[in-house]
Amino acid sequence: MADKLMTEADVVARLESGMTIGIGGWGSRRKPMSLVRALLRSEVRDLTLVSYGGPDAGLLLAAGRVRHLVYGFVSLDSIPLEPHFRAARERGGVRFTEYDEGMLQWGLRAAANRLPFLPTRAGLGSDVRRSNPDLRTVRSPYGEEELLAMPALRLDAALVHMNRADRAGNAQYLGADPYFDDLFCQAAERAYVSAERIVPTAELLAGGPPQSVLIQRWHTHGVVHAPRGAHFTSCEPDYGRDEEFQRAYADAAGDPAAWAAFARRHLAGDERHYQQSVGARLTAGTGA
Amino acid sequence: MTDVAAVDAAAGTATLAEVCAVACARAWRGDGEILASPITLIPSIGARLARATTDPDLLLTDGEASLAAGVWAVDAAPARLEGWLPYRAVFDICWAGRRHVMMGPVQLDRFGNANLSAIGDFDRPQRALLGMRGAPGNTVNHATSYWVRRHSPRVFVERVDVVCGVGYDRAATAGPTAAEFLDLRRVVSDLAVLDFAGPDGAMRLVSTHPGVGVEQVVAATGFDLALADQVPTTPQPTPAELRLIREVIDPRGLREREVRGR
Repeated sequence: MADKLMTEADVVARLESGMTIGIGGWGSRRKPMSLVRALLRSEVRDLTLVSYGGPDAGLLLAAGRVRHLVYGFVSLDSIPLEPHFRAARERGGVRFTEYDEGMLQWGLRAAANRLPFLPTRAGLGSDVRRSNPDLRTVRSPYGEEELLAMPALRLDAALVHMNRADRAGNAQYLGADPYFDDLFCQAAERAYVSAERIVPTAELLAGGPPQSVLIQRWHTHGVVHAPRGAHFTSCEPDYGRDEEFQRAYADAAGDPAAWAAFARRHLAGDERHYQQSVGARLTAGTGA
Repeated sequence: MTDVAAVDAAAGTATLAEVCAVACARAWRGDGEILASPITLIPSIGARLARATTDPDLLLTDGEASLAAGVWAVDAAPARLEGWLPYRAVFDICWAGRRHVMMGPVQLDRFGNANLSAIGDFDRPQRALLGMRGAPGNTVNHATSYWVRRHSPRVFVERVDVVCGVGYDRAATAGPTAAEFLDLRRVVSDLAVLDFAGPDGAMRLVSTHPGVGVEQVVAATGFDLALADQVPTTPQPTPAELRLIREVIDPRGLREREVRGR
């Protein structure tokens, strides 16, 4: 089997400005944050980003990398509104396509199944069509229903974070919810999976039931070893959300000077630097 | 007679938050074996109360990816689970119509259009909010109720800025497929209980909470409410309901921080 192990930098080297990128996870849960941080260190910009958004969308918006955001919501869960998203919405200059949450997965499903669209009731009658004037309805060929035709959300690349993966690109979630990570991968030309631990295939199957191996190697084009790679979002059961750090992130995001200081401290270096800056903060917090 | 006296005795001690929680619970009355999806604290107390009393067949989630069994405190994890409900399955249960959600809109209008997305123009909002979330799909697929923590003309507006949850007028314009399963049930606020039994599905005042006058609700609503000839007082919690709320569902009294009398 092909060995797909690579680094965050290798993944980002395969991404280009102007691409449509889907990011897995949900809100502030199991986001591939080390890959997002690597994107921030790159020159890749003008992205169309498709996400059940959390700090992935927030950070990329704050860094001016997003031309078009496609989302159902952007939230930090315990902090309902993502502050960078809010600022970007109010500032303008980015195209925002807001869908019902269910429509988003339906568009990914259409892309994964190579269909131009899938019909749904969701969105009918609402202002979803106001942020996306190209949306059309379709008449049922079997009856009278006039349904919304959710267009396929085809992705150039998908980025997801899992608990365990093997070098071939089989990847496992050990938490309660798979979110839509498999669908993001299937809707994409190329899918990149980061994981807390890279283990032999046999160890994946020993670590959980077969159905926990959500991502199969035919989905995957790159595997990245990223311990604490979802930080500060949750990656249950390996770790929960770092609520204290998330609060610091949200507080800093509200003020340009505070955000600049936060970015200097945590985002100026590589992933190792990030993890050290976070570790130092945690130690300081315990000792205070 | 004795029962009535006991209810009255307990009623005098119920707080506004408790009256609201019980009014929320009644939104799910008779729903049977469907998923009750309460958003935020007071509806959550209500849904758990409904299952513990009048509607034992309701399904409830733990707020993560599991279906929870039994009755448990709002600030604790459930002791027992009965199933798995990741987000992908929530869409299935939603689109199958086997769900009744109670959402908290930032704006709500006469025909039940609800806004969670943005204040002002969508393209250049004065205040950006969460986004559509599941409101468009929820409303056209299954029963929907709303909880409004602070009843005011800023929430109860003539026309919402962005239609996320679909109301009766918008569904009628969008056509029969949009209206087919639209089922707006009840609005509970800190002042009153309302429904959509007014003309053409307009919002109607059902009852006012103890100590609240009809005029107060009318003044706090930014459009003309449909009114019945007689507007009763919202029913008081029964002693059994009060005991469940205080001892089992919200023993640390989080509800009192959520709703305060005026």
